Amino acid sequence: MDLIVENLFHNYGDLPVLDDINLTLPSGQVVCVVGPSGCGKSTLLRLLGGLEQPTRGTIGLAGEVSGNSLNPLTYVFQDFALLPWRSVERNISLVLEDHPLSGQQREEIIADVLARTKLLDFRKALPRQLSGGMRQRVAIARALAVRPEVLLLDEPLSALDSQTRELLMDDLIDLWTREQFTAVYVTHNLNEAVRLGHQVVVLSRRPGKIREIVEISSKLGARSVTDVDLIEIQQYLWHSMRDEAAAADLELTDA
Amino acid sequence: MPESRLVRPVPYRGGGFDPKSNRWVSLLTFVSVLAFWEVSSRSGWVSELFLPAPSSAAMALVELYNSGQLMLHISASMQRLSIGWSLGIIFGIVFGFSAGLFSLARAGVVPLVSAVFPIPKIALLPLFIIWFGIGEESKVATIFFGTFFPTVISTFGGVDSVDRGLIRMGQSFNLNWFSIVLKIILPGALPAILSGMRISAAIAIILLVAAEMIGAEFGIGAYVLLAGNLMATDQLIAGVSMLSILGLIFAWLVGQAERYLLRWRG
Repeated sequence: MDLIVENLFHNYGDLPVLDDINLTLPSGQVVCVVGPSGCGKSTLLRLLGGLEQPTRGTIGLAGEVSGNSLNPLTYVFQDFALLPWRSVERNISLVLEDHPLSGQQREEIIADVLARTKLLDFRKALPRQLSGGMRQRVAIARALAVRPEVLLLDEPLSALDSQTRELLMDDLIDLWTREQFTAVYVTHNLNEAVRLGHQVVVLSRRPGKIREIVEISSKLGARSVTDVDLIEIQQYLWHSMRDEAAAADLELTDA
Repeated sequence: MPESRLVRPVPYRGGGFDPKSNRWVSLLTFVSVLAFWEVSSRSGWVSELFLPAPSSAAMALVELYNSGQLMLHISASMQRLSIGWSLGIIFGIVFGFSAGLFSLARAGVVPLVSAVFPIPKIALLPLFIIWFGIGEESKVATIFFGTFFPTVISTFGGVDSVDRGLIRMGQSFNLNWFSIVLKIILPGALPAILSGMRISAAIAIILLVAAEMIGAEFGIGAYVLLAGNLMATDQLIAGVSMLSILGLIFAWLVGQAERYLLRWRG
């Protein structure tokens, strides 16, 4: 299933945040969205999944939705958004409880996603007992439980330390290699973008416009931190963003 | 040169501001205050009428028990407290939730509650008597109104402070409205609701005494007031200690509920 964005504009009151975004997110690919802070990348993601209504323009789904997806557009949030009063398995069961599934089916889904995210030993743990990396794994397991068509990831690794980030990035690449899901991955970290993206969409500072789209052809599974090509692309992206990032840094948030 | 250099230890500056509780010190303070009080009354240093010894108050309590009236007083008070307080909490939570969830209810309820909350309900007692009669109803109503408003305010605040990110998450997974309210908002607001219950329990006990001032035959408040009118200060102290114990029991119950319901906070 493709996500197609056409002539998308969005304002907060009088403040324009997104300006004429046109984008096609092809099935089975990871599209990374990068840009200076405040450029509207998270807003774009909220619009894509229907958590916010665009001021103007359309966001459409093309192609058939496979019947077994419980929640075609599924988010993974930066702050994990786990319920602190529910254990790991009950956090996952939360998103299944409103669907007509038998207890047995639900149990099977939970066991399956916990196994895929290497969390089987932590089923009964509460979020506060887990490290940041483990919490984000739980959130990813929860997202996988509803068999999404498109995963919408909002800076999923930004709250983690750099070592955990590396580990989780490898996990995400493994997951993608196995299941080839469609994903939109918003990040301010260019290294994540070049490691995980088939395409990198660069937004300008507010109001966010698409400055350019960089395609990266190498296979996700074959990329590594020391890849010369990737480092070059990352440098290139940084140079094209640098001045705007500096300017965005000087802006007052409430002006 | 290096040998002659004076090495001073880095002074430690990080201590203090970390009070700890010590139950032996608490117990000792309590016991010594009681003992000092007992000795000063017994020795005639403080007159028995002025401040009766704790032992006289205890004797008054035993007497009350022997006369068979202790249970009558306690059960009359407990009935008023439990009906008034539980109704106040139930209605308070319902109204607080509505104000937290619906714009219309928020606009209607919040200003009204803010306006009525600071009125001492004791001042309204005569009105309650006219409205509900001199019997149990006006007493229960006083406690009900006294506990309803703080419960609305704490529930409303609790609902308002639930992490919007969690609600957004619920919506993003297409949870239905009832699931979001019951599984995300209610548990999220529970800490505030429970701490509101602590406050309303104390208010309920204060208002109990006020409500029993008028037209009550039995009740701890009635007992205390009668003792006051007769200058029976030993009975007064006995009654007041019962109120204190009642307050401690309520606080303990809420504490137990917190420990059970909020065990996820660790």
